[in-house]
Amino acid sequence: MSTPEKTNPRSDPPWVRLTLITAALGVIGLLIVIPLVDVFVEAFARGLGAYWRTITADEDTRAAIRLTLTVAPIAVVTNLIFGITAAWAIARFRFPGRTLLTALIDLPFSVSPVVAGLIFVLIFGLQGYLGPWLRAHDWRIIFAPPGLVLATTFVTFPFVARELIPVMEAIGADEEIAAVSLGASGWQLFWRVTLPNIKWGLVYGIILCNARAMGEFGAVSVVSGHITGHTDTMPLRVEKLYNEYQGAAAFAVASLLALLALLTLGIKTFLEWKQARAYELAQRTGEE
Amino acid sequence: MNDVNRRVLPGFGLSLGYTLAYLGLLIMVPLAACFLKAATLPFDRFWAAVSTERAVAAYELTVGASLVSAAINVVLGVLVAWVLVRYEFPLKRVVDSLVDLPFALPTAVAGLVYSSLYVESGWLGRFLVPLGIQAAYSRLAIVLVLVFVGFPFVVRTLEPVLERVDADIEEAAACLGASRLQTVTRVIFPSLYPALVTGFALSFARALGEYGSVVFVSGNMPFKTEIAPVLIVARLEEFAYAEATAIAVVLLVISFAVLVVVNLLERWSKRVYA
Repeated sequence: MSTPEKTNPRSDPPWVRLTLITAALGVIGLLIVIPLVDVFVEAFARGLGAYWRTITADEDTRAAIRLTLTVAPIAVVTNLIFGITAAWAIARFRFPGRTLLTALIDLPFSVSPVVAGLIFVLIFGLQGYLGPWLRAHDWRIIFAPPGLVLATTFVTFPFVARELIPVMEAIGADEEIAAVSLGASGWQLFWRVTLPNIKWGLVYGIILCNARAMGEFGAVSVVSGHITGHTDTMPLRVEKLYNEYQGAAAFAVASLLALLALLTLGIKTFLEWKQARAYELAQRTGEE
Repeated sequence: MNDVNRRVLPGFGLSLGYTLAYLGLLIMVPLAACFLKAATLPFDRFWAAVSTERAVAAYELTVGASLVSAAINVVLGVLVAWVLVRYEFPLKRVVDSLVDLPFALPTAVAGLVYSSLYVESGWLGRFLVPLGIQAAYSRLAIVLVLVFVGFPFVVRTLEPVLERVDADIEEAAACLGASRLQTVTRVIFPSLYPALVTGFALSFARALGEYGSVVFVSGNMPFKTEIAPVLIVARLEEFAYAEATAIAVVLLVISFAVLVVVNLLERWSKRVYA
């Protein structure tokens, strides 16, 4: 704000600026900061020792943490492989139905998580299309970890792909075409040229996908069956503790998830800062 | 260039084939199964399941609360996006990152903490309850938590558009004698309409399907504070799969309709305002 106010028609009078900034900070404060702080205050209400004990001493909470740390990575890796493949097909080639395919990838975002869980119950549940066959082979998908993986993969399906497609389109195919004409194999092309170019977009997609995978509630709630110690993920454990009137314990588990959210935001901000700096650098060298 | 790509770059068939197979198996077939299951119901039973008073009350609440929360988000979103793009203030970067918190915070955590904030002993309830505002376990609680969940959408769709508003147009308006208020409402806001529509629709669509946060705060009373996804779960717990599926189909059709309307509106507004 070094330019004098009167000569800059784009700046608002100071009192307007102050009022709007205060209002915006008020909105963020009430809507986001107070709830966030409250999670940690309630979690630590009985001190650090009690907090540590509620998380580590309860066998069922430990099982829930283990389950979340198993289910989420599987879902993330599956969607990562899909995301790279889909981005390669969509960003590098033109084919009929390409726009439709791009739109379909976003479809899970407009499906309610509860419905996402339900559709897998309809297929793999006891009353479902494949239910009798699964039962005959003594395989369980619904009310068991495989169902949790399926439901989580469904709701986190678009994250990596929709992050990568614009990144790959922006980079363009020139370097890749050069590599191929110089004799690179497909494998070399991917590891030496494509991957280094898209790595930050990839990390961005992975952390968003992971945050949603670890935090997913509605879809896994429908397929989990809520068997304590076996099919409760961390968010489901939060609900169970809350329903059992163990408020402090519910907030303790919730605080771990909130910490994950903060970590995700931190990495995301760092990546955006890095990207902005790279862009500035490129512009400056371009000017010289 | 495209033909060159397909002739030069490897893996077109493989990557497209894998994409289609994965999309088909994980997304399309399960969704089709949902419609197939609903189609096996005789029409009168389907109609009976989706048109009970309890179900109709649930749709009305779901759509109504989503509309209200999306409208609130438009107002809050314009304010926050404007401040973040146009003004400098301390801790701006932190505030900017915090806008995305609702995307990163698991909905169960949001529900848990919102359910504790507005009860009489809660941080906000202790001020609001004496004023006669009973936000906990009410429709107000549903709207509040939906505002939280959909908050980033409007801000994030608006920010890039605000950044691109041409300085020349604003300066021209000022030179031609428009007051600052006129410049903002007559010159700047019209260029924001397409982004506002998109932001509203994204926030609305997200609110329509929301379950995790609402289930904690609403109290889930049939006819009063029960949203459609909660009703689906209630039917599932009664093992009434056919009824649950019928309501799910209604919810899916509403969501897909919103999706189509958004796409049409975006196309239309791009044509009108471009």
